[in-house]
Amino acid sequence: MATFKDFRNDVKPNWCPGCGDFSVQAAIQRAAANVGLTPEQLAVISGIGCSGRISGYIKSYGLHGIHGRSLPIAQGVKMANKDLTVIASGGDGDGFAIGMGHTIHAMRRNIDITYIIMDNQIYGLTKGQTSPRSAQGFVTKSTPKGAIEGTISPMELAITSGASFVAQSFSTDLKDLTAIIEAGINHKGFSVINVFSPCVTYNKVNTYDWFKENLTKLSTIESYDSSDRELAMNTLMQNNGLVTGIIYQDKERPSYQDLVYGYADEPLAGQELSLDDEMFNNLVKEFM
Amino acid sequence: MINQLSWKVGGQQGEGIESTGEIFSTALNRLGYFLYGYRHFSSRIKGGHTNNKIRVSTTPVRAVADDLDILVAFDQETIDVNCGELHDKGIIIADAKFNPVKPENTKAELYAVPFTEIAADLGTSLMKNMVAVGASCAVINLDVQVFTGVVQEIFGRKGEAVVQKNMEAIQQGYNYMFDQLGGKVGAMQLQQADGQQRMFMIGNDAIALGALAGGVRLMAAYPITPASEIMEYLIEKLPKVGGTVIQTEDEIAAATMAIGANYGGIRSFTASAGPGLSLMMEAIGLAGMTETPLVVVDTQRGGPSTGLPTKQEQSDLMAMIYGTHGEIPKVVIAPSTVEEAFYDTIEAFNLAEEYQCPVILLSDLQLSLGKQSVEPLDFSKVEIRRGKLVQEELPEGEDKSYFKRYEVTEDGVSPRVIPGMKNGIHHVTGVEHDETGKPSESPANRQAQMDKRMRKLENIRFETPVYKNAKHEEADLLLIGFNSTRGAIEEAIERLEQEGTKVNHAQIRLIHPFPTEELLPLIESAKYVAVVENNATGQLANIIKMNAGYPHKIKSLLKYDGNPFQPHHIYNGSKELFKLHHIYSSSKERL
Repeated sequence: MATFKDFRNDVKPNWCPGCGDFSVQAAIQRAAANVGLTPEQLAVISGIGCSGRISGYIKSYGLHGIHGRSLPIAQGVKMANKDLTVIASGGDGDGFAIGMGHTIHAMRRNIDITYIIMDNQIYGLTKGQTSPRSAQGFVTKSTPKGAIEGTISPMELAITSGASFVAQSFSTDLKDLTAIIEAGINHKGFSVINVFSPCVTYNKVNTYDWFKENLTKLSTIESYDSSDRELAMNTLMQNNGLVTGIIYQDKERPSYQDLVYGYADEPLAGQELSLDDEMFNNLVKEFM
Repeated sequence: MINQLSWKVGGQQGEGIESTGEIFSTALNRLGYFLYGYRHFSSRIKGGHTNNKIRVSTTPVRAVADDLDILVAFDQETIDVNCGELHDKGIIIADAKFNPVKPENTKAELYAVPFTEIAADLGTSLMKNMVAVGASCAVINLDVQVFTGVVQEIFGRKGEAVVQKNMEAIQQGYNYMFDQLGGKVGAMQLQQADGQQRMFMIGNDAIALGALAGGVRLMAAYPITPASEIMEYLIEKLPKVGGTVIQTEDEIAAATMAIGANYGGIRSFTASAGPGLSLMMEAIGLAGMTETPLVVVDTQRGGPSTGLPTKQEQSDLMAMIYGTHGEIPKVVIAPSTVEEAFYDTIEAFNLAEEYQCPVILLSDLQLSLGKQSVEPLDFSKVEIRRGKLVQEELPEGEDKSYFKRYEVTEDGVSPRVIPGMKNGIHHVTGVEHDETGKPSESPANRQAQMDKRMRKLENIRFETPVYKNAKHEEADLLLIGFNSTRGAIEEAIERLEQEGTKVNHAQIRLIHPFPTEELLPLIESAKYVAVVENNATGQLANIIKMNAGYPHKIKSLLKYDGNPFQPHHIYNGSKELFKLHHIYSSSKERL
């Protein structure tokens, strides 16, 4: 059995001291070990930005792609090899600005991968511009008079887009975050996990203290039922999206792969590529 | 008796023009004639003039005919737009319903046949195209029974009664025209064909079949003209080998999903046209930088922007060679026949894995959509080569150590392992990286990795980088083209040669890296060189000049009005070039 230490490599992250992303890294390593994976059974596909570097900081297969495109790459990897556990990850700019189209379509497509967003509500690596997750009025380098545009609500968006597993967590709560990632990996279908991962350098508003003050754990809400879609939406609206835990899960919905007509039971990677003569001859005859 | 017939059917889009051509040509193909079809259509579903021009021959044909023998018209616009192509002894067969009028100066004879009325009397006016097919048969004295098989296949599932009605419509069209023609029945009777059974397909069919034979398991694509037939074919066939097609949200997702799947260890690709390729450029750079195999098919159409979405053009060349920021190794191949499209698609997947880089398979609308008779494909020639893909178990490395996925090797190609393999863990990134894939900005590493990547294609192996028909040691003229222009160039050469001009022909199949050594002797031994291409700036000519030199000798024959070259364009253009060349040195001839 692998332990979380087996998922560590010798690369020193280039994140700022105190960055929320360190905990996300640790939680992925722990969750992977806890669900019984060995490092070669995991592929972490990441986008661009501070958080995008995460695929290089976990000892597993990893691909650090282009800005906003971690999801289509990750879905391609999973389709090629259904035996792999595939985690896509990136920041809020990656997933909700440049990559928003892919995010929504990955949710409705429901391929069995886990998507972890490290949400710091700011553009860090480009040194502090507004993000689609920044609050209205938020002052940044690109919004010196305060952000005019409204804020994207990722969890409501996920539910209305048809995501079958929708969860949110806070990076200091390593135990809770690890458990949620485990549940996401075990979920058969697309799981989206938004993690509040504070930027200690450029976001002086949404700090660790701010989150501690404003977040509500769903486990503290009496009779909360994550299979109730309407309750999930109402709870999110009542709490301005600031809740943690598994918000919504549809355990019945089959994943995309389960519904693809003719999709092989065995992973496609490793299959013999040549067609047999008879099949080819039949294909040719269809054109005559 | 004639050995070649040029037939065209035209009308409003959505009126069954396509199926009329389809039925007529499929039956003739089965008799062993060589067919070549080209559809003129617009970017709309219903309405607008459309036509389908089909050439029937007892010998292979690969170009749109210069003139027209028979024009079948479902409206007056078809006559007005196309009558100029008819030769003096040509025949117009038009639906009597619209009271067809022959334009002044048209010498061809007009016959009004009540297509719609005959069809309606038989039960539905929808069968008017069958009446038109029957009427055409009378002119060429073709037994209508040859359509039995095709009609059965199309209408069989609707029941025997429907099949019989359609056959009857063909017969009545024949009878009506027979009576009208009098002594002219069989005026254009074709010599008997060889009876060989050949495939009848469009270039996109061949590309899709090639992808299947080349081991593809996942296609990720977004619909676009003129590429969609590739995904449509594979949607039907990939499940037979356990694979599938995913229709993505856009072309960026299509290209990156294909990259993910290739990284995951299978053969995956996407196909699109100019607008889609523009969106894929960043992804193509990722494949180059991460050394991930990726095949992208570009079926060129009229650009720029939305351009002429349903028209012929060859203007993506520079974008395909150089597209993406920064510098990557990339292969661009351009088949010029349907047969080559099949083999080159398979080869594209082999090259992508052998050189671990993006491979662009360039087609154009004429090649992708022109339906034609195809010589038998030799399946025994199909081979699958996966390059340095590690298939055997790997030895255990030291703790924390990473597999050297980007090991600097002599040929620049490094061993590739796929995720899931024990002891093969490494990192892949579009950031400059060291041998294990970890980001590195060191100047020495940057240079080593850049050199390694660029070195990969130095000795690329490609069987026939240039198709040559070079009979003459010293030629008056060398004509050079790529993609679908081959047939029109060949026919122009035939005519020029008959007049005593010595003409050599080169069709470039490996566009990048450019096969300079292959082409140079032909350029050197020709008095003039003319590069034939469907674009406004002479992109291939510029590529040739850049690689081979001879900027003053190399001229351009250009056509960018949306229509393909016909043989006479190249014949006349070549003659004009000779004339002009004696007067002044022009670098461009616009047709």
